[in-house]
Amino acid sequence: MSECGCGGDPKEIRNIPTELRFGDRIGALKVRLGIGRDSYKIPPGLYSVGTPNGTSPVFVSANYKLTFDSLRKELGGLDCYILILDTKGINVWCAAGKGTFGTEELVNRIAKTGLSEVVSHRDLILPQLGAPGMCAHEVKRRSGFNVIYGPVRASDIKKFLAAGMEATPEMRTVKFTARDRTVLTPMEFIPGMKLSMLVFGMLFLANFIAKEPFGTHDLYIYLGAVIVGTVITPILLPIIPVSAFSLKGWILGVCWTAYAVWAYGWLPDDLLTAFGYLLVLPSLSAFFAMNFTGASTYTSFSGVIREMRMAVPIIFVTIAVGAVLLFIGRVI
Amino acid sequence: MRYLKNVVTLELNTDKCLGCGRCWEVCPHGVFEPDDMKARIKDRDKCMECGACAKNCPLNAISVKSGVGCATAIIKGMLTGKEPSCGCSDSDCC
Repeated sequence: MSECGCGGDPKEIRNIPTELRFGDRIGALKVRLGIGRDSYKIPPGLYSVGTPNGTSPVFVSANYKLTFDSLRKELGGLDCYILILDTKGINVWCAAGKGTFGTEELVNRIAKTGLSEVVSHRDLILPQLGAPGMCAHEVKRRSGFNVIYGPVRASDIKKFLAAGMEATPEMRTVKFTARDRTVLTPMEFIPGMKLSMLVFGMLFLANFIAKEPFGTHDLYIYLGAVIVGTVITPILLPIIPVSAFSLKGWILGVCWTAYAVWAYGWLPDDLLTAFGYLLVLPSLSAFFAMNFTGASTYTSFSGVIREMRMAVPIIFVTIAVGAVLLFIGRVI
Repeated sequence: MRYLKNVVTLELNTDKCLGCGRCWEVCPHGVFEPDDMKARIKDRDKCMECGACAKNCPLNAISVKSGVGCATAIIKGMLTGKEPSCGCSDSDCC
């Protein structure tokens, strides 16, 4: 109980530093690589930065440590409070989508921490990306606190405060820069490789009876297709001139596969293998690229559904037909 | 960056709108703009259906079918018959 902070005094205010330590950075790196990312929580409750008083601003955030770190490192030199909601260790945006960063939890957390006795004003600054979970007018009605939506990025907080708690349209807009996309790619590639273990297992078994066993060239062409779908397509996302993610991945997948079947000599020497791969691998890249819709910051639910209705049957059929060609060409 | 066109479910009922400005405040893609003391949808195709505007509209003037725009989650939802939700863990700590 005590490690999640549920056992302690809910009204305790913990003072926290704004500098990240080495351990915090290592923790962030591990999360990006998918190590222990589901248990990276901090206890919900009220925290303080500097020496705040009753008129100091209150920021509301989630109890995912990566979120907490990226907020507190932007608060250096300020005196303020941070109200951490229990979002089950999930970031603000995802928790808002699930409703755990929501009206109910905020109203309850205000009551539990006794916030109305800690500060004399009635303003809360919420990250704008928490808005899908919050009902600002309900929070006001039930707790008396006004919700002010701050900037999307914590790095704009000081500018936001300096402008009298006004966010510019630029601060309100979500971006998806090359850097944003790149840091997300390990969490596309690693699960992709886990799925690929299944494929490697099948090829290993096939090699016992294969007339042309699968070798290093097969490994490279396959790995290339996974990397195209999980890493290259996300990084090049805006410059591939189509809008559906699967099509973006498929186009790059065709380029890679066509090059590799020629470079490894299957084209023109082994047409079954060449066309087998040309059917299977671009579709595999397309599948992985389509999964990146989950990480992207601009795809809509209805759009993804429409894309999947088109793409999933095509991916399924091409992979099945291509696998049959490979089986005929290499195994029997 | 733009996704598929003419697919978004966002609707604004201007008769109910009193122009409080919450929708253009919370929208992460600048879909709304003020127009003659009311909100107006400036660019519907930019909407990612997060639902922030509908949830924060005090007059219920906005509707949008929001959900997880994530293929993996949707496939999982189809396979398990549950509502699509993110891969992130839901484990309770207390």
